[in-house]
Order: sequence, then structure tokens, then C-alpha cells
Amino acid sequence: MSDIREGRRAVVARILEGDGRASHADRRAAFDNAGLGEPLQSLIDKVAKSARDVTDEDIAAAKKSGLSEDQIFELVVCAAIGQATRQYETALAALDVATKKTEKE
Amino acid sequence: MRLTILDTGHGFGTKALFALIRAVSRQPVLDVIRLVRYRPDFYGKPMQRVTHEAMRGPSPWSVADRELMAAFVAKTNGSEWCTRAHTAVAQGAYRDEAKVSGVLSDLETAAIEEPLRATLRMLRKVTREHTVDADDMRVVLGAGASREQIEDALAVCFSFNTMGRLADAFGFFVPGPKAFEAGAKYLLARGYR
Repeated sequence: MSDIREGRRAVVARILEGDGRASHADRRAAFDNAGLGEPLQSLIDKVAKSARDVTDEDIAAAKKSGLSEDQIFELVVCAAIGQATRQYETALAALDVATKKTEKE
Repeated sequence: MRLTILDTGHGFGTKALFALIRAVSRQPVLDVIRLVRYRPDFYGKPMQRVTHEAMRGPSPWSVADRELMAAFVAKTNGSEWCTRAHTAVAQGAYRDEAKVSGVLSDLETAAIEEPLRATLRMLRKVTREHTVDADDMRVVLGAGASREQIEDALAVCFSFNTMGRLADAFGFFVPGPKAFEAGAKYLLARGYR
């Protein structure tokens, strides 16, 4: 089977702990979709929950609040990977429970 | 593209590469390439490694099955760019356009095997509701999918729930079908590296 464990760990470590233009705290907050100020929080929440609804205005508002394009790039990446990570880990945990039960039966 | 840096912020060597891609493919450079080639050490390189393993690594699923999952996750997210891109790849991989369009228009009546259908239903729930439980997984196992198949499908789901969000948030330009066909040929020949 395919094995993305090491690769996934590496990408999450890179975006959250490596060098960047956004602060480590903001990258972590974007990844967790929690604890950012407006208007950034609204943008990050949309990326996590309904990215197709992100508008030009959302990005413009983030820029106007003083964020650089590089910071927005990093924070949006963190938000996308953060949400996909929560989905993935929730599903794997459910699979663990389901396969353990099956083995016992 | 909503960030200028993703359109034109690349270094000289990367811009030369884009010119080469345009010359060889006679198509515009797809925005996904602009994204993964922008400060590639931050996102592009480490993420492409994950996506390549999920999509082309060893798996009980065929490449075509996994590209279909990618297209299906994209469709569930309402990501037009990713749906078009991976519909083209899946159709090329299966050499069967009807099979792919059948799944994307109605999963329940599509002509596919039950383990794949049950897996796609579960991926739809993960993608739409962000959660699934053990009962959902038991249904997929009961339909004949193995634990390995489910794990591999979740790896595809992870990659494309990331990619689709970025395509939509950054506002990828949706080109004509020929550009996606060229992209599909590349992905089938070379993968995601």
C-alpha cells in the first residue's frame, strides 16, 4: 500500500515549524482554524470549510489589514492542510476502531 | 490567480521552465504548476512527495481508480478546476470517459465495483461533513474494501482536500479542455514529481 506517513509529517513540520514570512503562531492558528483576528479569521475559516466561496474581496481584505502576499500564501496553505489533516486523522481513527472490532469478532 | 506572487513571483529559472512548457505543450501553464513552483521548499516540494506517493505509490487501487477518487473529492468540494483536471486524468487512465462521467453524475448507478462505490461514498462523507465514524468504515469493509484500500483512499482524499482548497482559495484560472488534456498526459507519464 502507499505510505504517506513520513511525507505528511514532513510537510506539516515544514509549514508549521520551518522558516516563513508569517509568524509561527499565526501559521499554527491558521492550521487549527482558531484564534486569528479579523478579517483573516473569516478568510481562513472559508478556506477550511468552503474554499469555493473565497472571493477576491476576502483576499483584498487580508491584504488591506497589513498582510503581505507571501504571508497570505503561507496561511492559506496552512489552513488547507490543517483541515485535510483533521479529516484524515478522524477517518483513520474510525478505521482503527472498525478494524479492531472486526478482528475480535 | 488572486495573489500576484503566484502568477509572476517566480525566479528566473522557473520562468524559463514555464516558457518551455508553453512551447512544448502549446498550452498555457496550469496554475497548479505556478503554485507548486512558488517557494517550492515551503509547500510544493514536500506536498508533491505526499501526492505522488498517494497517487502513484504501490496500492491495491489502480492509478485510474485513484484519479477517479481525486476527481470525485474535487466534485464534492465544488472545486471546478480540480474536477476538470482530474476528470481528464481519470478518463485518460481508464480510457473510458463514460465510466468517469457516470460516477461524477450519479455514484449510485455508475458501472463500478461495490468496494470502489462504498469507498467513494465514505470519501464523500469525509469531504462534505469532515467526519466519519466506525460504523461508516464497517460499511465500506462490508462492501469488500480492505483496510489497506481504505487507508490508500484516505491518502488520496487528504491530498485532494488540500489541493482543491488551494485551487479555489487562490482562484486558479480554468482553461479550456486542451490545457487539461495536456496536463493529464503529463501526470500519467510522470506523476506528481
